[in-house]
Amino acid sequence: MSGFSITEPSNRTKWIAGVLVISYALITIMPLLWIIATGFKSPSDSIAYPPKVVFQPTLEGYVNLFTTQTRITPDMQDKLQPPTTWYEEIVRDKGMVIAGPSRFGQRFLNSVIIGFGSTFFSVFLGTLAAYAFSRFKVPIKDDLLFFILSTRMMPPIAVAIPIFLMFRQLGLSDTHLGMILLYTAVNLSLSVWLLKGFIDEIPLEYEEAALIDGYTRFQAFYKVVLPQAATGIASTAIFCLIFAWNEYAFAVLLTSGTAQTAPPFIPTIIGVGGQDWPAVAAGATIFLMPVMIFTILLRKHLLRGITFGAVRK
Amino acid sequence: MAQIIIKNLRKDFGDFTAVQESSFTIEDGEFFMLLGPSGCGKTTTLRMIAGLELPTSGEVFIDGEEVSQKPARERDIAFVFQMFALYPHMNVRNNISYPLKSQGMPKAQIKQKVAEVAHILGIEDILNKPVGGLSGGDRQRVALGRAIVRDPKAFLMDEPLGALDAEFREHMAEELRALHDRMGATTIYVTHDQLEAMQMGDKIVVMNHGVVEQFGVPQEIYDWPATMFVADFIGSPSMNFLHFQGNVEKGDRTVHLDGHSFYVPEQLQGASGDLVFGIRPENITLSDDSPYRAQVLATEYLGTTQIITLETANGTIKARVPSTKPVKMGDAVGLTFNPRNVTLFDKGTGKALISEGNKGVLDHG
Repeated sequence: MSGFSITEPSNRTKWIAGVLVISYALITIMPLLWIIATGFKSPSDSIAYPPKVVFQPTLEGYVNLFTTQTRITPDMQDKLQPPTTWYEEIVRDKGMVIAGPSRFGQRFLNSVIIGFGSTFFSVFLGTLAAYAFSRFKVPIKDDLLFFILSTRMMPPIAVAIPIFLMFRQLGLSDTHLGMILLYTAVNLSLSVWLLKGFIDEIPLEYEEAALIDGYTRFQAFYKVVLPQAATGIASTAIFCLIFAWNEYAFAVLLTSGTAQTAPPFIPTIIGVGGQDWPAVAAGATIFLMPVMIFTILLRKHLLRGITFGAVRK
Repeated sequence: MAQIIIKNLRKDFGDFTAVQESSFTIEDGEFFMLLGPSGCGKTTTLRMIAGLELPTSGEVFIDGEEVSQKPARERDIAFVFQMFALYPHMNVRNNISYPLKSQGMPKAQIKQKVAEVAHILGIEDILNKPVGGLSGGDRQRVALGRAIVRDPKAFLMDEPLGALDAEFREHMAEELRALHDRMGATTIYVTHDQLEAMQMGDKIVVMNHGVVEQFGVPQEIYDWPATMFVADFIGSPSMNFLHFQGNVEKGDRTVHLDGHSFYVPEQLQGASGDLVFGIRPENITLSDDSPYRAQVLATEYLGTTQIITLETANGTIKARVPSTKPVKMGDAVGLTFNPRNVTLFDKGTGKALISEGNKGVLDHG
């Protein structure tokens, strides 16, 4: 080796680092890959022992996820028209027919409405509150901020019973609005604190320049402050969405029919003769997608955002 | 363009008084310096003129209109910030045109205005660049562009050169002054750098602890400081203070330092007790004949002149003398003082005593 450098790691160091990072990535991605693979297995492959790594992929799990099916007798099957679509064909091969769509699509839509709705309100209200806390003289500001944070000092589920009773009284049980309000309330403290940090980092001078340039305070806020807070808003939105999207306990407790989200629904997918693991895995895979896409889209902001503005210039 | 009048302007932050009852007038087209050490209230004063801070009491007149409680956007002034405050999410063109957009000016006209300003400042080639990668000087020019593009009633500048490298600062100072001379716009410029203030300003206000210490043209302030603070703050090295006990009567033309008599401008105000004899370093001459003796403590060679630190019976002083005559540490020398620019101060109040020399200067402040 020619010499020692403080900034440039040696080849051996790079090699070791690479191996460590790749092993860690494999360990963390393994369950995910397992779920995705299971979604494409047949029910018998999914419970085979020893587990099958190589298998004949099938979309049966996905078809089962999206449809409800009825078993029919072989002679009835003979009387039916031949299947017209590939998914009907998969179902017929099992000796069943499609009775209609399953509730998964609607549950998934509920998750989208509630997850993104509560994320929107958390970030919208959080940005306004954080801006006020950051810029204005607010009486007992520190106490208020502590009070806001204190809502996160116990697990939200600790107040499940009062919330359950309250929702029943107010008619919010099993409604989209109720769940959006609940997740917004839980996320708001996080979003106020995170966003206040980001807005604190934006020099006051930009707004003052805008005020001088002939803009009102509110115009200065949304034309000058908001674009610069985009990084913080994006990373806050990701954190809020991940919480609301994955939340299980309140969803089980407060929703059943109309507003049930995907997390409490997926485990209830039961096939004929036991748990339909491929369908469950298919549901989990699809369920992962929105957060993953959202995070990938905002990844650039997230990576910059989690340094909490330390390197912003 | 406009005249700006500040009347009894005051700003309290809780118990702390940042600016106390300041009054001064900035004439139309003047390049006006607000000078003082950090924390003296100069920036707060500027921000009150701009409307970024509301005064606790007092009045600000811009072009004859009282605006002290009006929002900044209704005052029609431009502000150049110390860190420039260019909008980081916009390119140079959008930064410069931003004030025009708020006025709802048609696009074609905005484009033409921006082109004019870019030409004046010599930044046509960077109009479409993002502001992030610009050099300090170009940022400065863009900030100026944003200020001049809308022909405001006045320019307010808060240490606009403070963020630049020393070598570049001089160049920008000249550019700024040239720009001002060309546009003839009323400009209020905050700085803590007395050289910058003297070099660029038509008029200077010296502030300290929220109080206006003196107000006048640079040379008057340099020659006839109104207070010991101004005498000490302006000039490098600053004015020398020779401390003595004595009694000055109205009409006196001499004072006694350590038993020796020195001429001073005819005094129009009497005082007694602890007094100070103030003299600029360049008004001290080394003279072997003089009975007033001092010992050389240190010498600094500056090319054509040298600064000599001297121990006298009335305190340590510095003299600026030609380098032609070599002086060594430890030498005993005699001193004479040019009586024309001597100012006597009352040490208790820190104020200059009125004399024939400074009466015209101190009366109008």
